[in-house]
Order: sequence, then structure tokens, then C-alpha cells
Amino acid sequence: MTKITYVEHDGTERTVDVANGLSVMEGARNNNIPGILADCGGACACATCHVYVDPAWIDKLPAREAGEDDMLDFAAAPRTETSRLSCQIEIADSLDGLLVRTPETQD
Amino acid sequence: MSRIVIVGAGQAGASLAAKLRALGHDGSITLIGSEHAPPYQRPPLSKKYLMGELDAERLYLRPETFYGEQGIELRGGVTVTAIDRSAKAVALDNGENLAYDQLALTTGSDPIRLPGEIGGTLAGVYTLRSLADADAMAAEFVEGRRVLVIGGGYIGLEIAAVAAARGLAVTLVEMAERILQRVAAPATSGFFADLHRAHGVDLREGTAVTGLTGEGRVSAASFADGTSLDIDFAVVGIGIRPSTGLAEAAGLAVENGIRVDGDGRTSDPAIFAAGDCTSFPYRGGRVRLESVGNAIDQAEATAASMMGGTAGYRARPWFWSDQYDVKLQIAGLSAGYDKTVVRAGGGARAQSVWYYRGDELLAVDAMNDPRSYMMGKRWIEAGESPPAEALADPQSDLKALGAALAK
Repeated sequence: MTKITYVEHDGTERTVDVANGLSVMEGARNNNIPGILADCGGACACATCHVYVDPAWIDKLPAREAGEDDMLDFAAAPRTETSRLSCQIEIADSLDGLLVRTPETQD
Repeated sequence: MSRIVIVGAGQAGASLAAKLRALGHDGSITLIGSEHAPPYQRPPLSKKYLMGELDAERLYLRPETFYGEQGIELRGGVTVTAIDRSAKAVALDNGENLAYDQLALTTGSDPIRLPGEIGGTLAGVYTLRSLADADAMAAEFVEGRRVLVIGGGYIGLEIAAVAAARGLAVTLVEMAERILQRVAAPATSGFFADLHRAHGVDLREGTAVTGLTGEGRVSAASFADGTSLDIDFAVVGIGIRPSTGLAEAAGLAVENGIRVDGDGRTSDPAIFAAGDCTSFPYRGGRVRLESVGNAIDQAEATAASMMGGTAGYRARPWFWSDQYDVKLQIAGLSAGYDKTVVRAGGGARAQSVWYYRGDELLAVDAMNDPRSYMMGKRWIEAGESPPAEALADPQSDLKALGAALAK
């Protein structure tokens, strides 16, 4: 289990334990954390699981693949340097303590 | 306290139930599904799940505990057999009756099977709609085995892609003159036909199956051109039918699906419906959509109208498919197009096909080209149409085109 912190747009903060191997998106879904829709269920097809990764963590994540990068360019909320699709971040021990913020809107 | 009963625990039913609670419904919610698993995602069944890359639990839309926590009574393994509209109650196959104040039908759809007279009920002949269907055929996916996929729509193509990737000998037959004929332009059909052939699939268009034969279990297929083929199993992907049986028996209006208005209301004001099983108003006509995106959005809009609002549901159709290393994303509905433009994408096997009726952009098929998909989706939802010739130039900048249109 790895601790992940989700901060909603209104500032609500929740830290939950998520099993390694799941995605950051699945961690939110399994804990009923709002702000991440993931309509496609994690297929990198819809860009409704956009999160802003805390800058302290961005370099610890595997690089974005081309498809994710392109999707983020057109995500509903503005893209920043730390924008990621949370379905593409696989949870592992090295991410213990990861903090992500959810945007104001996903679609 | 008002009692809501939801019949059908797929994507639409689960989304409807969750949204009712989120909107503050404080009466009971009973979500009834004939399957035993909690509501789960169907799209991966013909993709990652069939590849063996995803555990069943990761298909669940919500953890099993979610429903209890939300005060949603999830009843799996139970089938509703009839609706008594005057008594406002549904009958269950265990003999129970459940009263409702409002009823929602999210019954989904059923795969069309090949008739028994031509071998459709032989062992070794499968369709894919449910988790149980996927599990039933999983053991057949062994390297070297020979599979016949019947039907060149998205489900058949995805199954063929999984089978080819897992080292099976794959033959795919499509009765129409090209695969995807019902839903896509020749450019998209040709793209996917090439893709499958490049992966060793024996793809035969304009080929109708006349019979599946075998001693108790399928072992051969014969085709309209007089040829035949020895096979180990077959998967039938020839479309789905909306599950409207309950609605029809109850006398609700059915028109290519349970007929609902923009608020998700059927011809009975106490009964609503959402998802694959419905047809609803869209751009001056009436459509039925077979998609997760619609199941979610229409169910959520319907939840709002069940709470007393007016949904005025406006569908924003989108779809996706994964085959080998190609991700297809579709925005809009191409039906009624009179012109297409093909735009070359940046990378390998990347291109987009744009559908127009006159000057109006209707839809885009984007293969390994998420930028075209995302921009196209935005345009279609906004009712904006970039000039077709500008899109045909692969150097044109989509964002700049969008900015020019928005002015």
C-alpha cells in the first residue's frame, strides 16, 4: 500500500492507501474521491482524469507518452508543466506520499 | 420517501444510482442486475481483459463497498420479469415484487447470435458482451489455435487483434463489402483492414458465413463463395440489439430502443430510461448510441430530471477502440455524411478522417492522433466547422484553426 494525497479544487484534502500496480485514477475511484471522472476507465482515451502533480513529485514519475501529452494539450482545464492523466500513473513504493491536485473541471 | 428502482446494473444503471445520491435523493435506491459481479466496465472485455492484462476487480466501476456506503441497495443475480405500471411495481424472478415511485430502465443491449439452424448454438461459438462471456472464451485463446471471427465491426476487430497478438491463427469475415461499413468511411475501413493484414489476420470482406458445423462442437465454417475453413472456435460480433423486452411487454413506446425524451422520460411519466437501451432526440432526429460516454452522460442527465429538473440532454457522442498499437478515437456521428477528408498524422499509423455534410463537420475518426480527436470533439460540440481543405493539409495547426473559428 502506498499513501496518495488528493487535493480537490476547493481545497479538500484526503490521503488514502492505494495498492501498488493500480493507477492514481483508480485510487481516486476506489475511494470515492470526486474531481476525477475517468469516463473511459483508464484507456487514455478521454482526458477526464487530468491532475496537477505536486511539483516536488513530477520528476519521480515516468515520462508522459506521446498520446497522453497530446491529450493534455486539449484537456478541459488549463494544462501546466505538472499536468498528467492520472490513469497513466502507476502506483509504486517510490510514489509513497505523492500529492496530486484535481482541476476545476474535467469536461 | 420516494423509492427509486433501477433495472440493469451496467454503466448506465450505476451512473444513474450514484448521481441520484450525489444530487441529494434521500429515498431508497435499488439497483437490480442479472449478473453477479458488481457494475463493471465492458469496453476492456474485448481489449486488455481478454489479453489477460487486467484482473476482473479492476473492471469494477466502484468498489463493492461503495453501494452500501451510499445507501444503494445493489441486488445482483436477480432478473426483473415484468413491470406492473398500474401497481407501480416490478416482479423479480425469485417471486418477489418491488414497489417503486419512479422506475429507471438501464437494461443495455444483447449481442445478436447466429441462428441455431446454421450452427450458432454449437459449443465453441461465442459472443462477447459480459464478463461471463469473456471468461467463457478465455481458455480458447491459446497460441496456434484457429479462430474465426464473424463480423468486422469494432468488437470483432478488437477480438481479432487480441487473438492475433496472442499468436492464434485468425480469420475474420465480414459479410458487407468492407469492414466497419455501417459506421465508418472507406478510408477508415481501409486503414484497419491494412492494420489487421499486417498482423497476419486473414481478413475476408464480402464473405458471408453459410454455416458452422461440427460434432457437438464447432470444427468448420462454410462460406457463401463455396469455400470452407477448419477452425477450433468462433466468435460472433455481428451487432447488438437494445434490451427492450420488459418495456415492450409493459406497453411503453419503443422505437429502435425505449423511446425517451430529452429528460430521459419514457411514455410513462413515472418511468425513465438511459443508455444503450434507449433512443432519444439528437440534432433534429432520433438516435440510439452504443457507448459508455452516452451511458454515463444520459444516465446523469436522467438522474437530474428524476429529481425534478429538466435535463434537456444533448448527447456529445464519442467512442474509442484499441487494436494492436493503434488507438482509435471518434467524436461525433458520421451518419449522413457526403464528404470525407483524410489528414495525415504525425507518427506511425497516424491519420484522421473527417466527415462533412456540406460544410458542416459531423465527426472525426482519429487513429493514433489524439490532437485531431480532441480538437474535432470540441468543434463538433460547439457546432463549429473548419474548412475541409485546411484540415487536409497535414501542416495546418489545429489550435490555430480553432482560434480562427472561435472569432
